[in-house]
Amino acid sequence: MNKEKALIAYVTRMGDNAIIMAQRLSEWVGHGPELEEEMAMGNFALDYVGQSRMYFSYAGELEGKGRSEDDICFLRDGWDYGNVLLLEQPNGDYGETIARLVLFETFYSLQLGALMTSPAKKLAEIAARAIKESTYHLRHASHWLIRLGDGTDESHRRVQDAIDRLWIYTGELFEADQVDQIMQSDWGAPDLTELRGHWHRQIDELLAKATLQKPDDGWMDSGGKNGHHSEHLGYILAEMQSLQRTYPGANW
Amino acid sequence: MPRNKLQKMQREEMMSKQGWPLYEVFIRARAGLSHRHVGSIHAADKTMALDHARDLYTRRNEGISIWVVKSADIIASDTIDSDALFGPAADKIYRHPTFYKIPDDVENI
Repeated sequence: MNKEKALIAYVTRMGDNAIIMAQRLSEWVGHGPELEEEMAMGNFALDYVGQSRMYFSYAGELEGKGRSEDDICFLRDGWDYGNVLLLEQPNGDYGETIARLVLFETFYSLQLGALMTSPAKKLAEIAARAIKESTYHLRHASHWLIRLGDGTDESHRRVQDAIDRLWIYTGELFEADQVDQIMQSDWGAPDLTELRGHWHRQIDELLAKATLQKPDDGWMDSGGKNGHHSEHLGYILAEMQSLQRTYPGANW
Repeated sequence: MPRNKLQKMQREEMMSKQGWPLYEVFIRARAGLSHRHVGSIHAADKTMALDHARDLYTRRNEGISIWVVKSADIIASDTIDSDALFGPAADKIYRHPTFYKIPDDVENI
């Protein structure tokens, strides 16, 4: 794989992460526990849609085959999607959605922080913009994690269960494949082993504040980056892509 | 986990929706302007109030600074007192600075 191909694959994966997270978060619209929180999740979903558009248009531009952001988003199948498994998991209760946000945003902020100095200028620009949103998402979700973890017996138990359940999907975040290696050596992407250390330190600190236990690293599920997904992704794509698949090229 | 029963009860109350107090939200649109009341939100605590105010009232680039204050902490005048409080000012036009010319360069007066 040459470095141009690796950049396209990496940027597409980032777009996939963003759009799948957006789909999951937008499921809260109409179902939020509080009006204000529902708005927040809707806002976050829109932030992610905006980011995915930037990643997908950039990927299309790098690829140079005339594919638009919509083509990349709506006309690829599950095996072409490279989002991490963590993001396609169902929302669960509000605590689980919050737990996922915390686990992912802690990773994503660190990733974006490194990418801000990437020699791929456009990627660096997207990262500089996305990190502001990511920092706020993390702040909001951290407040909730502490509130639920250090809250009532029930909220503590439920959010601890959520962390335990999602933990098996955190290993994949730090698995470096060929794309990640080339990105690290040629395009200023973070060293995932080093990033994992920072991630653990931040998560340790936050879980301690939330009086939650960090699960032990055991068997980790993975494969999302290379298109091996859980059954959940198919349903997300079916819903998201149905319009473009039924009426190709439709727009309004 | 909760350290004693009282604290636990407070938390149970905080988590219940009835326990969420109302907060008033004030936004400063630009440096140099004062904070203006824009609306209200419900929140369980100060941190959440600030987050909610940000999420609801600054989505369209409305501001650069937020104040939140518990609605219950606002001391308001009573409409019954309106005549006594505000009536006397009605016929004192000399208190308005209308006899001065405002220089063109001065904004936001």
